[in-house]
Amino acid sequence: MISNSSHSEPLLVLQKVYKQFGGLQAINNVGFAVQPGSIKAVIGPNGAGKTTLFNLIAGNMPATSGTIIFQGQEIRGKKPYEIARMGMARTFQNIKLFPGMTALECVMVGRHTQSRAGFWAGLFSLPWTWQEERAIRHRSMELLEMLAIADLADVEVSGLAFGQQRAVEMARALAAEPSLLLLDEPAAGLNIYETAEVARLITTIRDMGITVLLVEHDMSLVMDVSDEIVVLSFGSKVAEDTPPKIQKNADVIKIYLGEDGTA
Amino acid sequence: MKTRKLLSLAALALLTAGLHLFTVFSGTQFYLVQLTMAAYYGLVVIGLGVMMGYAGQISIGHAGFFAIGGYLSAALTTNDLTPFVATGGIRILDNLGLLVHGQDIFGADLVTVSPWAACLFAVTVAALIALVIGGPVLKLRGHYLAMATLGFGTIVYRVFLASPYFGEADGISEVPAFQLLPATALFGPLVISGDSAYRVLNYYLAWGVLFVGMALLLNLIDSRAGRALRSLHSSEEAAEAFGVDTARCKVQIFVLSAIYAAVAGSLLTHFNGGIGPNEASVMKSVRYVALVAVGGMTSLWGTLLMGVGLTFLSLRGVFGAFDDVVFGVILIVIMLFAPEGILRGVFGRVVQLFLPGRQV
Repeated sequence: MISNSSHSEPLLVLQKVYKQFGGLQAINNVGFAVQPGSIKAVIGPNGAGKTTLFNLIAGNMPATSGTIIFQGQEIRGKKPYEIARMGMARTFQNIKLFPGMTALECVMVGRHTQSRAGFWAGLFSLPWTWQEERAIRHRSMELLEMLAIADLADVEVSGLAFGQQRAVEMARALAAEPSLLLLDEPAAGLNIYETAEVARLITTIRDMGITVLLVEHDMSLVMDVSDEIVVLSFGSKVAEDTPPKIQKNADVIKIYLGEDGTA
Repeated sequence: MKTRKLLSLAALALLTAGLHLFTVFSGTQFYLVQLTMAAYYGLVVIGLGVMMGYAGQISIGHAGFFAIGGYLSAALTTNDLTPFVATGGIRILDNLGLLVHGQDIFGADLVTVSPWAACLFAVTVAALIALVIGGPVLKLRGHYLAMATLGFGTIVYRVFLASPYFGEADGISEVPAFQLLPATALFGPLVISGDSAYRVLNYYLAWGVLFVGMALLLNLIDSRAGRALRSLHSSEEAAEAFGVDTARCKVQIFVLSAIYAAVAGSLLTHFNGGIGPNEASVMKSVRYVALVAVGGMTSLWGTLLMGVGLTFLSLRGVFGAFDDVVFGVILIVIMLFAPEGILRGVFGRVVQLFLPGRQV
């Protein structure tokens, strides 16, 4: 949880981050900060580099240069599991659950960083692990209930509907008790009712004390929930402001509606 | 889930006793020899099964670990150390009580390593080798991992085949019995030996080892580490995003399955009284993979039953000269038509009728 960080200290800071793929400058001098307890959104047209930026933050690929500071520590070059253990969790744009596992088991994997029974303890089922195991199961079940999918706990995840899989992913991410939650297009492929549900959920998550950074296409969602928005275009930051100001920003309008943006 | 695990283990215990009774009543006690051997091979297969089916990592080199366990046990418990007894290192071993003094068939002094020490050493070596090669090899995926482990198996095979210390093409024979526990007031001695006086005992010892091996793996699958293994099988990226050190997990399961293979190799070698290079051959590794596949990748019970069952038939000579052909064909057919294994469909559904809940 974020309670220990002071208000002035940002939870996540990006400074002069670059990412190059061969000759392509995918991320070009991007910098911004995420304040604890806030909801920040990254928007931009397709190919603007939003998902690349997420992958840099979560450690899935290394930034070419720049600094990424999470909870006061440089995380550029750290492995994804190390960053996860520091308290960052994420969802994936193209859902990445664990086929072959039930919804409950998937969420239980989310508790990995919150528990400690190792390989040999598990093999011999040492008595002290039993209580931990019960706690993992209990908390995971609570999260499934919170997301209203408790009835699906024992269903194998590849048999779930798309929206339900999204919910399981969200529960798994929350199971990690992150201080920062990265949501990669949480409303992609959802209808307007489900999207409204996601918007409510994101604010609930923020109210739980979890800072949220999201990438999203759906403008209504972004404008509804975010405290601040960063706009990317062709890998560069074009604007960073509150939703009402972003809506009036001439550069942003140009990017989304074209040069003659009066239409 | 706990009850389910206990019930299925109880079923295994009943099966063990049932098979024994069957051989008694049908006057086919000689089957116990092959059933004993099949149980040890079954141990290799379930160890590999967890690695392949749950963690998604293939190994076509597990006969190598089996052979390391068997050959080191055999060599240490048979090769004479008499000329070296006076030298420093060997004397320390002697003082620690790790050596056995006896006489060979010609009455000359024979000093060898005790079976317990040899077995522990053999299994430790196998585990260390798995640990060392596991790091780099398990970075590979799919066919590349298959090729690398195949290469490992081939190297082990050629080393045993070429070393005079390991008996070259003849292998090692005259491996002594392995006394696990001396005789006590209640029981006679617990001895792993092919001697027909110990036939029933050895049947129960082998199936007991298989039972314990199975119980541990069932523990693992339902533990935090087991979920981590299963998660990296389907998405390493997502597993890492939740704090799973996938590289480390893969090495751990690789080492564990190597330990299973080496224990089986060591014990079976004492039971058979010897081991030959055939045990290290690539066809053996392919056979283990085939048995895991036919049992159903993610069904440990299916793997156990098919592993023990088909191995038993093979040992009885049912497949005749086409033994290796049969296992090759099984592998191809299963991969083409029933990648989930043949038991999963039929057996799994039957079990589901009686024990509703998670799939087998």
